[in-house]
Amino acid sequence: MAAKIGYDEVEVGTELPAGTFPVTRATLVRYAGASGDFNPIHWNEKFAKEVGLPDVIAHGMFTMAEAIRVVTDWAGDPGAVVEYGVRFTKPVVVPNDDEGAVVEVSAKVGAKLDDRRVRVDLTAMSAGQKVLGMSRAVVRLG
Amino acid sequence: MALDQSFVGRSYPPTAPYEVGREKIREFAEAVGDPNPAYLDPEAAKALGHCDLIAPPTFVFAITFKAARDVIADPRLGLDYSRVVHGDQKFAYSRPVRAGDRLAVTSTIEAIKSLAGNDIIDVRGEVHDEAGEHVVTAWTKLVARAAEEA
Repeated sequence: MAAKIGYDEVEVGTELPAGTFPVTRATLVRYAGASGDFNPIHWNEKFAKEVGLPDVIAHGMFTMAEAIRVVTDWAGDPGAVVEYGVRFTKPVVVPNDDEGAVVEVSAKVGAKLDDRRVRVDLTAMSAGQKVLGMSRAVVRLG
Repeated sequence: MALDQSFVGRSYPPTAPYEVGREKIREFAEAVGDPNPAYLDPEAAKALGHCDLIAPPTFVFAITFKAARDVIADPRLGLDYSRVVHGDQKFAYSRPVRAGDRLAVTSTIEAIKSLAGNDIIDVRGEVHDEAGEHVVTAWTKLVARAAEEA
């Protein structure tokens, strides 16, 4: 493990560089293929509406994968992530247009732990709604 | 419909090993739009101290969720899979997943609850490599939403 951020360089409240992640229908089709999750709520508007959703929604795991990029880009080594958990609070609704949706992720150090580890608290928003709750990663720094 | 509580605590035999391939890691990284060289370039991964490409943190979900699905598909459990949504997800890593790993998942049903008509099930997947060393544990909370009244 070779995190480029040192434990002694950060304090509780240190903000990580935020990230903005676009997601279109094409993104979801590609993610379905790569992840093997072919649930039609992620690509079939008719099906999504039949089961009570407003439209096609992003895979929760896609949003989870985007959010941690803020942490892995900051830490330098993705292998420095020792824990990562989220709650899926609201779906990311992805309309069938050229723009799709955007997931905005911000993060800050929430606690300094032992063994050069820190807890990073993440916030992920889309269309003004919090799409991930209790979103936390533990990272071992250099 | 209430789920069968006798499934709580039940563990299932390890799955057949899933072999993690470099191209599958690259495909996944591209699908999430992540150009981190540790996922794409073995030399870059080695410069960070890894012996091959490593996988993004959530990559392993495809493996643990397949195992969890096989568990919750048991008709005796009584879960309506067509109404299932993902509630929570957590991972705890001993080390990152990397290319060349042969990973087996041992799934355990940790809890079953009913809340406001929703069925909630917690499944833990312990992932070990071919040497039997722990790689990652995945906790997955699934919620089967209550059926609408006709």
